[in-house]
Amino acid sequence: MQKLLVSPSPHIHTDVTTRRLMLDVVIALLPATLVSIVFYGWSELLVLAVSILSCVGLEWVITKYLLKRDCTIGDMSAVVTGLLLALNLPSITPWWVVFIGAVVAIGVAKLSFGGLGQNLFNPAIVARVFLLISFPAIMTTWPEINAAEAWRGFDAETGATLLGEGVDVTKITIGDALFSAGSAGEISVLALLLGFVYLLVRRVIKPWITLSIWGTVLVFAGILYLVDPSVYMSPVVALLSGGIMLGSIFMATDYVTSPMTTRGGIIFGVGIGLLTIIIRCWGSYPEGVSFAILLMNACVPLINKFCPSKKFGRA
Amino acid sequence: MSSTILWTILVLFALGVVLAVMLYLLASKFKVEEDPRIDEVEKVMPGANCGGCGFAGCRAFAQSCVEAGNLDNNFCPVGGNDTMKQVAAVLGLEVKEKAPQVAVVRCNGTCENRPRTSTYDGIASCRVQSMLYTGETGCRYGCLGCGDCVNACSFGALSMDPSTGLPVVDESKCTACGACTKACPKAVIELRNKGPKGMRVYVSCVNKDKGAVARKACAAACIGCGLCVKTCTKGAITMENNLAYIDYEKCKLCRECEAVCSTGAIAGVNFPKALDKDAIKARIKERQAKAAEAAKAAAEAAKAAAAEKPETKEA
Amino acid sequence: MKKLTFRIGGIHPADSKISASCQIETLPLPEKMYVSMAQHLGAPATPIVAVGDKVKAGQVIAEPSGFISAYVHSPASGTVTAIAPRADIAGNMMTHVEITVEGDEWMEGIDLSNTLVTEIPSDKAFILDRIKMNGVVGLGGATFPTHVKLAPPPGKKAECVILNGAECEPYLTSDTRIMIERSSEIVVGAAIISVALDGCPVVIGIEENKPEAIQAMTQAVETLRKTVPACACIKVETLKKKYPQGGEKQLIDAVMRRQVKSGALPIDAGAVVQNVATALAVYEAVQKNKPLVTNVLTVTGECQKEQHNYLFRIGMPLSFVAQQAGGVPEQAAKIISGGPMMGKAIANLEAATVKGSSSLLYLTEEQTKRPAATACIRCGRCVDACPMGLEPNLLFKLAKAGEMEQLEANSVHDCIECGCCLYGCPAGVPLLDLIRPAKGDVIRIIRSRK
Repeated sequence: MQKLLVSPSPHIHTDVTTRRLMLDVVIALLPATLVSIVFYGWSELLVLAVSILSCVGLEWVITKYLLKRDCTIGDMSAVVTGLLLALNLPSITPWWVVFIGAVVAIGVAKLSFGGLGQNLFNPAIVARVFLLISFPAIMTTWPEINAAEAWRGFDAETGATLLGEGVDVTKITIGDALFSAGSAGEISVLALLLGFVYLLVRRVIKPWITLSIWGTVLVFAGILYLVDPSVYMSPVVALLSGGIMLGSIFMATDYVTSPMTTRGGIIFGVGIGLLTIIIRCWGSYPEGVSFAILLMNACVPLINKFCPSKKFGRA
Repeated sequence: MSSTILWTILVLFALGVVLAVMLYLLASKFKVEEDPRIDEVEKVMPGANCGGCGFAGCRAFAQSCVEAGNLDNNFCPVGGNDTMKQVAAVLGLEVKEKAPQVAVVRCNGTCENRPRTSTYDGIASCRVQSMLYTGETGCRYGCLGCGDCVNACSFGALSMDPSTGLPVVDESKCTACGACTKACPKAVIELRNKGPKGMRVYVSCVNKDKGAVARKACAAACIGCGLCVKTCTKGAITMENNLAYIDYEKCKLCRECEAVCSTGAIAGVNFPKALDKDAIKARIKERQAKAAEAAKAAAEAAKAAAAEKPETKEA
Repeated sequence: MKKLTFRIGGIHPADSKISASCQIETLPLPEKMYVSMAQHLGAPATPIVAVGDKVKAGQVIAEPSGFISAYVHSPASGTVTAIAPRADIAGNMMTHVEITVEGDEWMEGIDLSNTLVTEIPSDKAFILDRIKMNGVVGLGGATFPTHVKLAPPPGKKAECVILNGAECEPYLTSDTRIMIERSSEIVVGAAIISVALDGCPVVIGIEENKPEAIQAMTQAVETLRKTVPACACIKVETLKKKYPQGGEKQLIDAVMRRQVKSGALPIDAGAVVQNVATALAVYEAVQKNKPLVTNVLTVTGECQKEQHNYLFRIGMPLSFVAQQAGGVPEQAAKIISGGPMMGKAIANLEAATVKGSSSLLYLTEEQTKRPAATACIRCGRCVDACPMGLEPNLLFKLAKAGEMEQLEANSVHDCIECGCCLYGCPAGVPLLDLIRPAKGDVIRIIRSRK
């Protein structure tokens, strides 16, 4: 007989690990990724490859040579960040811009805070917002959706996005919103919803944050629409267009940067929904999901403090 | 343009004045009267806030020194006699000198001496392990090897030796604050006088089991044979619960106990020469032979005296 | 039928009740037995026999040494050959009475027959005295002396007795087996407890993964209700399968929809919780005058060739039990006394069985080895899993930093150490390992204030 193991209870452990959770997020993002590759072609593949490889590579280099501690690329979180970053960029983004994004995401937003679990802001969103402010032209030029053209080469004709400058938002139909040009991951709402269902089935996330964002957007945009339908877009279009789907399903639900309790999560989601519509309608940027999530990320410690879990026997 | 600048300067200036006045008033209203000597004493303290003196930090210690009016119960183990002299000078008090001390690990249960009988698989904490069971080896008393003492040390004086599984004290860094002695759930670490040039002899074992049991668990255990007690001419060694203890105040560093110890549980450190067991044993033998002779002589003398007694009675 | 469950947290580990269909077998007697003086919560008992004394099975060999303490009886007939310290399963020394077994002669006045005695004494004091004199303690894990629990302090009244048949720990099947094989005795035991508490109604809660036990118990209640009036207030309820359903506070919440206040006792919420095995012991103590010297334990594990449920006597060395079951399996990396969630890992197999022994569980290294701890990803699984509604991730951080005031403010002392947080942590953070000692510290601080 071997030497007996002795440890405090419990003696069994779930087989759900950080790596498996991250892998599930990657799988959930696959439909959206595939759609983006099909419609944006080579250029999108390049963005994806640069983003993922540089995120993982940077995490490896920084943890090993700069921080001199155990390398953490095994937990797959850098892959998720890279994938999300790529899906948040237009497919024609030059590779060096993508690389800068990766440096900001992994180097600044993640590892300078202490790595996975310590970062206050979602790394992919920090990178996206950084790029949006630094390279506004590149970040708001989206190619036309054209599967046939996309595979000819790296140049693509630029097309209009739904929420671009000078677009009459009241003319957008639900059909447009379900399938439209934009950042790579935002093309197909259905692909994103498929990912959402997968995450729920695998119990990777709970639906409350996402649903509360949707609800708030619907209600708030609905009120505005009732007030003046000639200026504001219909609530359903507001929900389906732009980055709300990608943001609410994959970015706002990031474990590290969202509240711990369900109650906190609902407050967090309502805040994101409100801020998104406020920025869209009255801000200087056409889209506000990233800013909304970042602002609410900053509120998470406060939300955690004021929304503790419901304790047993302390009603 | 110029008026804008002027207004800005004026407003900021006015704001500055108002706030300054408010700060002054508040500061004078909520001023806390404190003995200025506390600050002075604090200045000469080491400033490590280690708690070795029994107070929360250096300031609390300084306050206690000032308030007590004498230094009988206050001693800073980190700064030692030098610091205490300075404190005494500041306060105009007298201080008794204390012999410098050092933390001593009283366990020699290395991997070879003390075979492992089970494997601990919980968090690396001696405290948690000791709450759970008696440890990975057959010895219920010895070092558990999780390094709680290392974590407790604020001076970096302790480290785990991976080859032995025991902590090692760096005497040059140890300040005898006693944090490790409190952190050790098995009370393996003791503060002992450093001794001249660091030379000291101590029992490197805390096992109170009967000899056979202790020996079975660890080859270097004190088996309570009592040879050292018999050998010591200074009465420095006591035996309690099958465990020898050397009083460092009485020990004269003759190393005889170390030479006669059959398991090597008694350790002498920092001696310039290696222990010459045979020479010391010969010395002891000689002395014992002499003592036996003397005893014999004394006995004869006593006999003679007894024989003489009747005569004295008669007289 | 509606299935009951508690309202906060909980987890669903695989139930692994692979020994559920194995009938209870009686173990033979070993040559020597070692009876521990600390088989109950509270002060250890004081031996009243001396080395060389002849004892019979069921004879008192130790007396309680405090209010919360219990009698200990000899499990076999023979000679007392030593009264000496001996290591328990954790290696800690405790006084044991060593009995060299000679034959199997029981004390007079103990009814060893199998006939069901349904006439329940009406005298409360008599019932409590029988329970006390026969050394009955709670067999659900805490081994709290039963006679103390059945005598609520003045001013407090039991409104409901809950008989705990949840057996929510994976692998364990001893309660399942007694509920199937000895259902009538348990029901009479429940009726006795009810009588002792002034006819207070009894609910027997059984988890849904034991349909056979639910059926047997329901039938026993139906049958006995016709002949024994005290059984009229007993009913069986099905509980959802969710860990820790058998936790005292969780069970009260599930059955009575009441949450015991923080720091309060179940009796403050009008509840008395007893394990089904305790009810059986109460039956034997009161109706048969038989002291608590036997209990049922499960020898199980995927690496164990044959699964067993054994009727053992206290004082049998665990190694003897293991031997009877075919020896410790080769692949066993950890042996656990109790369930895998709250049981204790055994460091010393020479330790003896005690009243509360419920299993000998073998787990392989693959099943039990702790995953390497990585960074907390703040996923909130521990918060969702905690049946007390605590935030284990926060408590862990505070415990690491030694923030006693904050730990108390975040109710660390409410922790029931069920292990849900550590079980489900994807990062393998040893949450409970640090929360457990912090809880002890805070409770000590709170007590010192009073």
